[in-house]
Amino acid sequence: MSIWEYANPVKFMRISGAILPWVVAGAAICTVAGLVWGFLTPQDYKQGSTVKIIFLHVPAALMAINIWLMMLVTSLIWLVRRHHVSALAAKAAAPVGAVMTLIALITGAIWGQPMWGTWWEWDPRLTSFLILFLFYLGYMALWGAVENPDSAADLTGVLCLVGSVFALLSRYAVNFWNQGLHQGASLSLAPGERMAAVYRYPLYLTMLGFFLLFLALLLIRTRTEIRRRRLAALLARENLA
Amino acid sequence: MKALLIRDLRLATRAGGGFGLALAFFLIVCTLVPFGVGPEGGTLSRIAPGILWVGALLSCLLSLDRIFALDFEDGSLDLLATAPLPLEGAVAIKAFAHWLVTGLPLALSAPVFGLLLHLPGPAYPWLVASLVLGTPALSMLGAFGAAVTVGLRRGGLLLSLLVLPLYVPTLIFGAEAVRRGAAGADPVVPLVFLAAITLATLALAPFAAAAALRVNLR
Amino acid sequence: MTELGKYATTVLAAYGASLVLLVGIIVQTVLANARARRELQEHERRG
Repeated sequence: MSIWEYANPVKFMRISGAILPWVVAGAAICTVAGLVWGFLTPQDYKQGSTVKIIFLHVPAALMAINIWLMMLVTSLIWLVRRHHVSALAAKAAAPVGAVMTLIALITGAIWGQPMWGTWWEWDPRLTSFLILFLFYLGYMALWGAVENPDSAADLTGVLCLVGSVFALLSRYAVNFWNQGLHQGASLSLAPGERMAAVYRYPLYLTMLGFFLLFLALLLIRTRTEIRRRRLAALLARENLA
Repeated sequence: MKALLIRDLRLATRAGGGFGLALAFFLIVCTLVPFGVGPEGGTLSRIAPGILWVGALLSCLLSLDRIFALDFEDGSLDLLATAPLPLEGAVAIKAFAHWLVTGLPLALSAPVFGLLLHLPGPAYPWLVASLVLGTPALSMLGAFGAAVTVGLRRGGLLLSLLVLPLYVPTLIFGAEAVRRGAAGADPVVPLVFLAAITLATLALAPFAAAAALRVNLR
Repeated sequence: MTELGKYATTVLAAYGASLVLLVGIIVQTVLANARARRELQEHERRG
């Protein structure tokens, strides 16, 4: 049995329906527990209580990038192997990715206000996230604008490929343009740069929680899209008859 | 190929074509900016490189939907798709024609607009050089956006939403080159990056645009 | 309740805004799914 078996919509509906309750439960437990745990962590000697914002900011930012990567992979699968579930999964993921990007931007702005003394700074990381958000918007708008579902899947797939190249290019171009305020990788393994364990473990938990949350939303949204597609097919068949 | 190029150029220059419109739009942008930020020469000369590049980018955007829309409506795009010339080549030619009627005039006339905005003296050659190097990428990426949105009603607005984020790297390196030129620094590094982006775009974007066109012509 | 110090509004605003967004996308997802399921079932029942 190969992984492509799951590309069959009927099979996908059955399996996703079976695992969905577990994913939802896991997402709820990990996200709520992680956020509460994060909220109760002690204050940082430098940042005060604003350090608690990291438990929203970092997982959201991580998901924002990874959701785009997932859309890139599913778009490629659609373009190469024409599996409908793959295209629908990419469509279903985009709004979640946009929300994650927005959360990362907003929590960053709220945190930056007392810490950097400004809501917004044209820092490379912030700027590339804003550009990523624009790519999400364009991608979703294109899905909404094309009427024929297969054409929409093809066009958004091509857009996702081109967009990925340019999102990456912008990331490095922006680096060239301005050196930033943003701290380096939060999960650096180099000793001395590593976060204290009090903060690290709740952060891992919220990261897992956000991932499961995305998975749950992705499964539900893909199921919605499959049902919509099926309904449209049924209606089309009736109109023919 | 030559026939297609000549035909496109003739269509663009004749009867209500977009030719000249982009330049007029560029002029209006450069006129409006001083009203917005105030007439002090110091401020204007500091922001001039950015304004000139953003203005050129927006003027370029203005005529993008014309690259394929007319040919799509009267069916000649279907003929192009079945012609012996590969669709990728036709896309590249049409983008080249668009560049000849918008990008090139913009680049050549930009120094005049630079005068309006008090652009510092040493920046002028770099302004022209960066626009000549950068605008082909704008036309080619625009052709991709136009190919994606060609069959759509109200595609124009969507076109800008799709294309403008793709313009970010070009804008960054182009404006940076002019800024460095204005400050008397060495602008070669951003110019090299700009040229690299343009060449990569010219090499790869025709394939993406042709793929999108084939979907829309299906 | 944990001590938030002088940054209480900042922290609460960040958590509040994020929760609103998360709840928003969750509610939208669940409602859209319920609607699609209902419409499909209705249609299949009618034949």
